[in-house]
This record gives sequence, C-alpha cells and structure tokens, in this order.
Amino acid sequence: MALPSYTETRYRIWHYIYIAICTFVFFFLIAPLFVIFPLSFNAEEFLVFSEGMKNLDPDAFSLRWYKDMVYGTKNPWGLAAKNSFIIAIFATIGSIILGTLAALGLSSRHMPYKGLIMATLISPMIVPLIISGVAIFFFMAKAGLAATHTGIVLAHIILGTPFVVITVTATLSGFDHSVTRAAASLGSNPVNTFMKITLPLILPGVISGGLFAFVTSFDEVVVVLFLAGLENTTIPIQMWTGLREQLSPTILAVATCLILLSTLILVSAELLRRRSERLRGINR
Amino acid sequence: MSSETKQILTTDGIPLEVSLKKAEKKNKIKAFLLVAPLLLFLVITYIFPIGDMFMRSVDDRMVTNMLPKTFKAMDKWENLDELPPEEVYRGFYEDYKLLAENQQHGKLGQRLNKEKNGFNTITKKLFRQIKRKKIDESASLKEQINKLHKRWRDVEYWQAIKRTAPPYTASKYLKGMDMYFAADGSIAQVDEDRRIHRILWLRTLEIAFFVTLFCFFMGYPIAHLLATLPMKYSNLLMICVLLPFWTSLLVRTASWMILLQQQGIVNDFFVMIGLVADDNRPEMMYNKVGTYVAMTQILLPFMVLPLYSVMKTISPSLMRAGKSLGGTPFVAFWKVYFPLTIPGIGAGCLLVFILAIGYYITPALVGGASGTLISNQIAFHMKTTLDWSFASAMGLMLLTGVLVIYWIYNKLVGVDNIKLG
Repeated sequence: MALPSYTETRYRIWHYIYIAICTFVFFFLIAPLFVIFPLSFNAEEFLVFSEGMKNLDPDAFSLRWYKDMVYGTKNPWGLAAKNSFIIAIFATIGSIILGTLAALGLSSRHMPYKGLIMATLISPMIVPLIISGVAIFFFMAKAGLAATHTGIVLAHIILGTPFVVITVTATLSGFDHSVTRAAASLGSNPVNTFMKITLPLILPGVISGGLFAFVTSFDEVVVVLFLAGLENTTIPIQMWTGLREQLSPTILAVATCLILLSTLILVSAELLRRRSERLRGINR
Repeated sequence: MSSETKQILTTDGIPLEVSLKKAEKKNKIKAFLLVAPLLLFLVITYIFPIGDMFMRSVDDRMVTNMLPKTFKAMDKWENLDELPPEEVYRGFYEDYKLLAENQQHGKLGQRLNKEKNGFNTITKKLFRQIKRKKIDESASLKEQINKLHKRWRDVEYWQAIKRTAPPYTASKYLKGMDMYFAADGSIAQVDEDRRIHRILWLRTLEIAFFVTLFCFFMGYPIAHLLATLPMKYSNLLMICVLLPFWTSLLVRTASWMILLQQQGIVNDFFVMIGLVADDNRPEMMYNKVGTYVAMTQILLPFMVLPLYSVMKTISPSLMRAGKSLGGTPFVAFWKVYFPLTIPGIGAGCLLVFILAIGYYITPALVGGASGTLISNQIAFHMKTTLDWSFASAMGLMLLTGVLVIYWIYNKLVGVDNIKLG
C-alpha cells in the first residue's frame, strides 16, 4: 500500500490513520487468542503472568496443566473429549448425507416452493440457539432421548445441516449439468452418475460444509446444556462449567489444544476453498 | 386448419405437450424427494417442537381440568357482582374433595393464589374441614363454606376462579412485557420497581445495536484493506479474521476473561501508561463493558466476511475513474465506493444483529448482572424456576423479533446469498 509520491499531506495523514485503525482491529481480533498459549504453561495456579514468566525464567514455565488435563484425578476431560468426538463425527455424517441430498434437490430448476423450503432448511442457523435449545429439549424429552448420545447427535444434525446445504448449493451453482446428462446418455444409472461424476465435482463443497457441521457440533454448548446428562458431558460443557466456577489453568491447556485444532480446520477449509474455486474455473 | 393437425405428437403417439408436462412433473417429484428426508426430519424434530413451545406458552388447562363441575355450574351464575349460587359451591366442594383425595389440592391452591393473593390460606382451611369430616353434605354448602373464612364471602375470589376457566391464556406473554390481567380482566402494568423484563428487552436491543455498530466501524476498514491489498498479503491477514471465526466460542470468551480481569493484561497496560492508579483498577468484566468487548470481537468475523465478499467484486478502476473526473478521494469514496458496498453492509449488519440479539454464552460468563440479556432470562426460567411455559413465551417473543429481521434480510439480500468463508 505504498502511496504515490504526489499524494497531498492531508491524504497522507488519513492513509496512516487508516493503516493504524486496521492494525488495531487485526490486533484486537487475533491477540486474545495468543494470551492463552503462554499462560497455559504457567507453573503457578494463577491466571496472570508471574514475575518469573515476565523475566523468562525457565522455572516459571511447566507442563503441569497439560499433565493435569491428561492424567488428573477424577479428570473429566478424557470422557468429554471422547464424547465430543463421537457426537461430532456422527452429527457430521448425518448432516452431510441429509444436507447434500437436500442441496441436490434445491439446485434442480424443477424444485417447487424453492424459497420457502430453503428458508425452512436454513432456519436452525437463524433462530437464536437458546430457542432451538428449548424446542429441541421439548422434543427429545417427549421422545425419551434426553441425556442420550442419540439425542445430542440428532440435535447437532439439526444445527449442522444448514451449513452443508449452503456450501453444497453454492458449489452446485457453478455445476455444469450437461456432464450428468452425458453420463446418462452413455448408459449410467442415476446412482452411478452421482457417485462417479457429481460427487467428485462437488466434494470440496461437501467437505467444507462437513467441516462447518463438525465445528458447530464440537463447539456447541447451548443446546447440549439442555440435553446432556452426566454421562454425555462434552468438552464445551466442561469448559462452560469450569469458566463459571473456577478459571483453572487446566482450561487454558484445553483451550490451547482447541486453538491448534481450529488452526488445522482453518488450513483444510482454506485448501478446500481454493481447490473448489480451481475446479469451478474461478481464477483470481 | 383444425387444431388437431397442428398438434405435435411424440413417437409413441402422445401429444408433445402432455409428454413434456409428465416429464416435468416427474422431475419435480424427483427434486422434492431429494429434499424430503431433511425437510421431514426438521419438521418433526424442530418445527413441530417450536409449535409445541407455543402450545405450552398459552396452555392453562390445569385448573380447567381440576374443577370441571365448578365451571359447569358457573354457567348458571348470572349476576357476577354477587356471590355465586349454591350449585357453584357444591360443584367446587365436590371437585375439591376429589382433589384432596388424590393429594392434588396443594397445586390448585398455589395456582389460584397466583391469580389472587390469599387463596392458599382459605383452600387449606377448607381442606382441613373436609379431612375432619366437619362439612355436612346434606345441608347448604354455600352457608358452610362462607362461614369458614371471610374471603369465601368475598365475590372477588369467586371471580378469580372464574377467570381461570378458559383453557388458554395470554398471561405469560403479558408477564414477559411486565403486564398482567387485573381483577376485572383488563391489562395492567406491573409496579415500576418490578419491571425487570422490559429492562432486559431494552438492554438486549441496546447491546445488539451497539455491538453491530462497533462491528461495522471496525469491520469496514479491514474488509476494505483485505479487498484492496495484493493477494499474498491479504491471504495472510485473512487468517487474523478466519482463525477467531473457527475457534471455539468458549475459548475466545475464556481469553477475554483473562484479559479483562482486575489483575489482567488490559488493566496492567492501563496502569503502565498511567491511565489508572494501580490500587484503583476498574472492573471491566461482569458488567456491560465486558459484554460489549467480548461480543464485538466474537462477532466481528461475521461482519468482515460478507463485506469482504462484496468489496472483492468492486473494480478498483471505479475509484480511479471517480478521482480522474475531479472528485477528491473522499468524494470518490463516498459517492462511488460506499454505495456499492451497501449490500455487504446490509448483510453483515443484519447477520451480526441477529446473532447478537440471541446471544447467551458470552453474556452469561462475562456479563455479570448488568450485562445479561433476554436469552439468559429464558435459560434461567428453563433451568432454575422450571417455569417452562414462561420460558417458551419469552422465547417465542424473541423469535418473532428475529424472524421479522430475517424476513427483511431475505428481502434485501436473499438467504441463498449467504456466503461462508
């Protein structure tokens, strides 16, 4: 963003103010995440930087909170992590299947009542989570699914499908339907055409929708708070309880792991997005 | 020429028009069948339960079912300013006796006590008389019940029973707006010092509005920078937006709790630059400040991403054209660039506002008493007071608001234009 040499002074000043504002906002966005890293290696029990840490004294740093996270007595994180992964994986699979099918239907130009149906399918994303939580809780309680893994998986499928529908519909908007007709004219049945032609082409959209569904389920706390019993505790529930009662550095160790996980997801989502754009012939 | 000769036939002799219509219909059904599983799933597990919330919020059948004979007899109660006739007393006595046998009388007393204060005492008195078998069923029940307590001789108490007769009520909705049905059936306001819900509604709107405003003023410049910088720099900076976007909400809230605590880094910094004294560190968490700061950072990506996707499509030559036609950079920006970004502004602002208005987790953790929103109140009634019908009523009031905004959003931007990442 170098300025041309003929820029007047006042615009020059404006430009530097603008850069300063942007720097501040980027800092505001990203800096809070980096506070967690060093503090999770704190040797002490307090959530402030100790004198030793400020002087970079090696004794002030330790892995004790990571050890506590993994080996701690009566430690809830193992069970929570297991539950979170199981629930998120099944919810993602469910969301991908239902969402992709629906997106295929919605992208057909023969689809009746497209607007209304799209609005209904997206509604779980728009309705405040607390309301979804109450409604889903009423249903699960009646169906006898409260405090079961099945109930939570179903709830997360509800919350996750809108993302799959949106991403797959977007991928399909650039989809050339003549390739499926070509496959059909060569004697392929619809299922075969879908598996061999359509799916590989829309796969980036499907996977990125799946990532959204996975993250939604993995982070979701409001609905789970209504649904989960002691057996179905998840990482977000444990964090929520921990943050409400006592902010212990073990939580920061968990948070660090979660940030690493989200970095991983961010990188895969970015790579997928680029691949999808390349496949659809959008070059920037 | 007759119309028959004009008609085009397919090879199997069916008119083309009919054949095409048939194929069209087949395609329609095919498309619908693909959507059907998800639609059915959502309708059963999600849309119906929201309807169920509505039923719960207006449901008032408890008393209706408890006092069937009373309400039947009340049809004969003509002059409502006078005490009801003997039949009503008899109906009430029989209903109440049955409830007492089934140990249900306490519930009725509590429910009626909500309708009119003092009911619990007099129903308990009646219960004791029935238990000791002191009531002579062959004599006039009106006289005997009236003798028990002076309130039974007060027509207002009988009117209160009559008011609970309809199986549905809007009273929970009125309660959500700090109003109630007065004794004569008109709508009255709660005393000024007890109007907690209205404060919460206003505060929710206020916080959602200001968070949207902050997000806009912070999001617009960086979206512009991201859209105008060369790709290799903007990709790197985009991570600053996307990493928080993908990071757990609880992790981000936790980091704000660390930063904003009294011994936290933000306060340390203020002390260091001499803004505040070390022994007088301001409380920045468990109040509105904490809610504003944390919610703005958490929702900012939802503002930046739609703005960015719109700004990316604006050609930089437009600004150059504006300037070359004699506009100063400010004029060119204001007259050319800004109007083109309005769709993005609309999308971002409405998205952030919708998300902010229903926020629950962050206000509950960093909001304290002065930073809690209507969602927290709904959760409170779901979990603590167990007044599920009231929670449902408030939830639906919030939902109505959100749907109105969603409708506007759909009109302005269209739901299918939502872009993610």
